[in-house]
Amino acid sequence: MMDNQIQNADIYTLSPHHRFQWEEAQSSYVILFPEGMVKLHGGAGEVIKRLDGKATVGDVVADLKATFPDAENIEKDIIGMYELALSKTWIRKV
Amino acid sequence: MTQASLGESVVQKTIHATQTQNNGVAASVTQTQPLWLLAEVTYRCPLHCAFCYNPTDYDKHTQNELTTEQWIQALRDARKLGAIQLGISGGEPLLRDDIEDIVVEAKKLGYYSNLITSGVGLTEKRIQAFKDGGLDHIQLSMHDITEEINNFITNTKTFELKKKVAAMIKGHGYPMVLNVVIHRYNIGHMKEILEMADALGAEYIELANTQYYGWSLVNRSQLMPTKEQVDEAERITNEFREKSGSKMKIFFVVPDYFSDRPKKCMNGWGEVFMIVTANGDVLPCHSARVLPNMQFPNVKDTDLGWSWKDSPAFNKYRGDSWMKEPCRTCSEKENDLGGCRCQSFLLTGDAEAADPVCSKSPHHHLIEQAILDSRNPTIAAQPIVFRNDKNSKKIIAGELKDRVDEFHALP
Ligand code: SF4
Ligand code: SF4
Repeated sequence: MMDNQIQNADIYTLSPHHRFQWEEAQSSYVILFPEGMVKLHGGAGEVIKRLDGKATVGDVVADLKATFPDAENIEKDIIGMYELALSKTWIRKV
Repeated sequence: MTQASLGESVVQKTIHATQTQNNGVAASVTQTQPLWLLAEVTYRCPLHCAFCYNPTDYDKHTQNELTTEQWIQALRDARKLGAIQLGISGGEPLLRDDIEDIVVEAKKLGYYSNLITSGVGLTEKRIQAFKDGGLDHIQLSMHDITEEINNFITNTKTFELKKKVAAMIKGHGYPMVLNVVIHRYNIGHMKEILEMADALGAEYIELANTQYYGWSLVNRSQLMPTKEQVDEAERITNEFREKSGSKMKIFFVVPDYFSDRPKKCMNGWGEVFMIVTANGDVLPCHSARVLPNMQFPNVKDTDLGWSWKDSPAFNKYRGDSWMKEPCRTCSEKENDLGGCRCQSFLLTGDAEAADPVCSKSPHHHLIEQAILDSRNPTIAAQPIVFRNDKNSKKIIAGELKDRVDEFHALP
């Protein structure tokens, strides 16, 4: 049932009724949904920010690598974030 | 509005969400921002629910409601303090005709806004205005699959209307969030309630076991199910989650009376929740006004920032320095912060006592007694005191004493 295998060519977007926004008061990105919210660390926010319904997982990884050239092992973290967001149904596959 | 829709279960979800520790999602530090603003815009309500947690003396606050401008100012000020989730609740918020204006302002300010309603007063015209204005979701209270129980427990004929409203919410592309308060009269229908919710296309359903505040405390012996019923209800819920293949998210709010540790009420006093009541009182939890010797700020005369950060009321039970034994030296105090101050005071007469739900509390026998009372046929046969203006006036006038006398404040 769990379709959690994140593939490079997959495209994800925010789930319906979810909102992603920068919160000045928290200095962080948040995802808002009925009855809940989640605060995202910088890195996690950078991933979700790039989910525009067009970028593939591969695009997002490449873009983040280019933006943060010094970050180590970044790919693993990005895929991990996809997996978490998917398991929490914050995002869905297009 | 309905129980726990704004309270415990929401709190649990916040904790759950912000404490996720994985792959860069922040573990929550102690929040000192009012992330959740709950606007209890009116105490007027066309329903008369037996389990309503509104204060029994609400009738005092139906004549001095904040104006539209005052609400808008409160929204602006709370947003500056960091509030993001906005619950528009009551009473029945739709009894005010300015919810449309409040919704528009909420959108402008960047809130994620939620209308918490019984559905009475929701028309095509109004829901369209909410949609256009940017309301994010609507939470509808449902009571049972049977017309009989719905109409009995709400003391109104609203069964057919609820179904119509559910369809309207769906029809406008809103996520369907249902809240069902669970008590003796509907706990036997758990499976059917879940199936109904699924059939209505609900995305979320909150099964909120009654918590005993306000009217539900007065009706505690009449409403409380047995431990066996609660266990069975939880089992059915888990089974439904696993087997049905339904995508619906189910939140089962456990009843604290049958647990041996209290809930971390409101996720901590003055930690994430700020409530502004119909008349402008600013509270850390819905029932805080039952506490003695407390002066709560009011938006009519004080700034919200001061209320949240500096008012003696909000600071009184922040953290754990106010605690006494057994909480003070308890190794579990971080988990529950000693439970609910209002519950402690209402039941023990001491707001700083451990929540009597806790088995370490010297007052735990009060909870055990309440459970026994609810199974005592003579006590349980007392009539339900429905939440309505007439009963509220009576309670204010000191009548119905036999139903409130055992508590240390008017529930
Ligand atoms: S009477 Fe019922 S619908 Fe009205 S506020 Fe109370 S719980 Fe909500
Ligand atoms: S003694 Fe107090 S702090 Fe410890 S578990 Fe009980 S209520 Fe919580």
